Amino acid sequence: MAEKLKPDALFNVDYSPPKKGWMDTTAIDFNATKGNWNFAATPESMEYLDMPNVRKWQPYEDDWKLPNDWQRILFEGFKKRLKKFRSLKVFMDICVRCGACADKCHFYIGSGDPKNMPVLRAELMRSIYRNDYTLFGKVFGKMVGGRKMTMDVLKEWFYYFYQCTECRRCSVFCPYGIDTAEITMIARELMWEIGVGIDWINTPAANCFRTGNHLGIQPHGVVDSIEFAADEVEEITGIMPEYSFNRKGAEVLFIAPSADYFASPHYYTLLGYLMLFHEIGLDYTWSTYASEGGNFGLFHSHEMMKRLNAKMYMEAERLGVKWILGGECGHMWRVIHQYMATLQKPANFLEVPKSPITGTVFEHAKSTKMVHVAEFTADLIQHNKIKLDPARNDHWVPTYHDSCNPARGMGLLEEPRQVIHACCNNFHEMPENTIREQTFCCGSGAGLGTEENLEMRMRGGLPRGSAVKYVKDKFGANILLCMCAIDKATLPAVMDFWAPGTEVGGVHEMVGNALIMTGEKHRDTDLRGEEYPIVDSQAHLAPPQEEEAVAQEDQADA
Amino acid sequence: MRDMPKILLGLLIFVLLALFPVIYNAVTADAGTPPDLVIETQNVPGKSDCVIPGEEMRTKHMDMLMEWRNDVVRLDDRYYHDDHGRTFEKSLTNTCLDCHSNKDTFCDRCHTYMEVDPYCWDCHVIPQELEGGTR
Amino acid sequence: MRLGFALIAVLVLIAIPYFGAGMGLGMLFGVIIPYLALAIFILGFVVKVMGWASLPVPFRITTTTGQAKSLPWVKRDPLESPYNGWETFWRMFTEIVFFRSLFRNTKAELKEGRVVQGSTKFLWAAGLVFHYSFLVIILRHVNYFVTPTPEFVTWLQFVDGFFQIGLPILYLTDIFFVLGVGYLFLRRVGISQMRYLSLASDYFPLFLLLAIGLTGMGMRYLWKVDIVGVKELAVGLFSFNPVVPAGVGPLFFTHLFLVSFLIAYFPFSKLMHMGGAFLTPTRNMPNNTRAERHVNPWDYDVKVHTYEEYEDEFRPVMKAAGLPLDRDPDGAAKPEDANG
Repeated sequence: MAEKLKPDALFNVDYSPPKKGWMDTTAIDFNATKGNWNFAATPESMEYLDMPNVRKWQPYEDDWKLPNDWQRILFEGFKKRLKKFRSLKVFMDICVRCGACADKCHFYIGSGDPKNMPVLRAELMRSIYRNDYTLFGKVFGKMVGGRKMTMDVLKEWFYYFYQCTECRRCSVFCPYGIDTAEITMIARELMWEIGVGIDWINTPAANCFRTGNHLGIQPHGVVDSIEFAADEVEEITGIMPEYSFNRKGAEVLFIAPSADYFASPHYYTLLGYLMLFHEIGLDYTWSTYASEGGNFGLFHSHEMMKRLNAKMYMEAERLGVKWILGGECGHMWRVIHQYMATLQKPANFLEVPKSPITGTVFEHAKSTKMVHVAEFTADLIQHNKIKLDPARNDHWVPTYHDSCNPARGMGLLEEPRQVIHACCNNFHEMPENTIREQTFCCGSGAGLGTEENLEMRMRGGLPRGSAVKYVKDKFGANILLCMCAIDKATLPAVMDFWAPGTEVGGVHEMVGNALIMTGEKHRDTDLRGEEYPIVDSQAHLAPPQEEEAVAQEDQADA
Repeated sequence: MRDMPKILLGLLIFVLLALFPVIYNAVTADAGTPPDLVIETQNVPGKSDCVIPGEEMRTKHMDMLMEWRNDVVRLDDRYYHDDHGRTFEKSLTNTCLDCHSNKDTFCDRCHTYMEVDPYCWDCHVIPQELEGGTR
Repeated sequence: MRLGFALIAVLVLIAIPYFGAGMGLGMLFGVIIPYLALAIFILGFVVKVMGWASLPVPFRITTTTGQAKSLPWVKRDPLESPYNGWETFWRMFTEIVFFRSLFRNTKAELKEGRVVQGSTKFLWAAGLVFHYSFLVIILRHVNYFVTPTPEFVTWLQFVDGFFQIGLPILYLTDIFFVLGVGYLFLRRVGISQMRYLSLASDYFPLFLLLAIGLTGMGMRYLWKVDIVGVKELAVGLFSFNPVVPAGVGPLFFTHLFLVSFLIAYFPFSKLMHMGGAFLTPTRNMPNNTRAERHVNPWDYDVKVHTYEEYEDEFRPVMKAAGLPLDRDPDGAAKPEDANG
């Protein structure tokens, strides 16, 4: 299927809606729409997480092997959630269908499928709400947008609620702040009650529950991987960074998304962390048990999110650390920032995070006791605690992709930029309506980053790809920086497709490149092993002397 | 749930605003009394009836006065002939106020009740004030 | 079809009082229905909002649309990412008074081989014009509801009729109201996506509002009614001393019936966005979840995978990899780690 995908063909998006009304269209044909949906959860992963209705099935099969009373289960489940979430009830009630959200969704922009307009995605659920729980819907039915839950509707739910990456861009523009992510999350957890869901969410969740991380890396695998990375740091810099695992009494527990251990280009960010923490002498430990920052439970159900998230505090308490530092990840930070303190008991066994290097107290994290590595590094830079030579990144012309969750679920916009500015000379922003709180999703978040879903991912990646292409053509941008493991895993494919020739990297990869380590050897390659191309910069790179310190101060002032 | 006090306060404001007219009328003394119009010079010889029937005059007098003003000022057309062969001078002061010489009990009662502020009196003198020699 | 359904519904609503009031049903259309409608409006609104208010807000899911408060030197945006109640109040204030989120609106287009997001303010402007005109018109109507007329109404009438066009003086908000509703209707039928997603319940309030506006303007500018009688009726209603004066005419009863229908329909419809806008959790909560713990009232314990279970499963490989263990390879607790 991937061979057939061509940018020119996908770019010709047809935005004209079908003639028939949206409630009159025929059921989704999962055979005809291959490339736009994900495979069903495997029995093994469902079994492991005690999910209901464990069986082998696929969406393209005629029989989804649902329990006989699946409609009743959904009806009861929906009713229960209408009583548990004010958000859901209000969002069901107050939409005026003004359409402001419509062309804000990357999947709508890329596919032209009107049911990818956030308003209609929500209407898929609202139509059932009206029919089942409101008087008007019961009396006037289709005229006022009410309809019964049928197999065809369920298929639409499965198709479209797994064509939403919960990126919340629509909620920025909605005059009532209606958040499709909230609706999608609840639709998904409802479907799980009858055993309907996708494997790329359930298997990572099961892995994470068992081994501590989504990839299912066992303890020794985590150790091997970081040891290997440390060796690589030594090869590049001549310095073997210090690191430890499951060490009791460390000051800080560091938790990164597990993809950082193995996947590329995440790996270069991992090298960056190792170098930075060694250089500043941070007393920290990795954990093989809490070896996952991300939380696919967020894409699964509120309960699963809580089950997976619990490990962070349990491990922090067991190890007796003072606070927790978190790596570059997107949805991980939505969970930590907006859910974690609520999900778990108060973390009174931890202390309010305080940087041992600068003495800065992270007051804004005084309850959760978790600090984002970009906040931590920005603080180091602000206080001139690390020496950086941005010229070492001169071969990169970076642009920065705000990941959805840190941007719209956290408001973490300036810190990564401060870090990038300190580490890179050639930084350029993408157009203003595609960054910061208006950033576009990679198109593969919320568990949709599979091979079988490639067409929809490329469609969803169009707005981001377009914006990158703009800075590529205008400024020669050649690397897209981001702070999200899913971005790093899926944006390379989006870049190859829409903005070929653009690499994807992490913010702390740039830190690693620019970081002048005490006692390092003469470095002639960056973390990717690419030789520094410009001869001039070699001279500049020579021994890190006072010049650099002055340059540092200038940046701090700026 | 925790924000219940704020929501209750909001609802209280909503209900008070929605019932503002009720509350306002309850505390003002003259609520509900429609204006009682008095025509002071009812039996002026030859003028037993108004220019057009009173019922129509209630809704149309402003249009008629506007029309008359334009006719007189712009077209020098000073006389109004009705279907019954009667002729009236197109004049607020000389025709209308001849019978309705009591502006405060005739004109003003309704105008005040309806809070309309016709700009007739920007130019025209007010009869009783004239009689009283205040102007 | 959905448009037609809404149009027919409004036409029926116009016909009922227009012909009904003539049949000596003035009491029904002038007193009973308005009272019922007002009661349904106020009670329905309160019940609906209390329904929302009684629901838990398990998580603080603020949509952050600007830099959060973090490090002291990071310039933050208190309106877009409020940190406390006061800042959240101002965020909500600008949202409700200026339609702040809608102001951000953009339009995505495929141009020159890429997706371009251009700014578009039409929906925002039309929304603002419509809502504020409607508000001024309602406030002006207080003139009919109470006596003596309050000062603010006199002032509004003066400002609204400032240009003294025609007699009775043309109120600008009347024109803006019709233009606003008209634009909202035209974009709904003119933009194919909007037409596709619109329901009968989207067209219906627009037609209803337009009918209310046009009957009202008809009475003021074209087919004049006895407004003293109208005020007598309205003041009577609002002082619980109802009267039905003769000669106020079917046009007035139509106007009054449509308004009655609108307010009675209000609590059961999308028009409740008026109350709901205040209660939307992505806007009315501060973004300070890492600093102030938010409590979920229905929180419950879930099955977790403890470190003990983890170590039990992986002890041999952990030992081989040189990882510290809480228990020795036989599974017995190590004394020195007992208090960890």
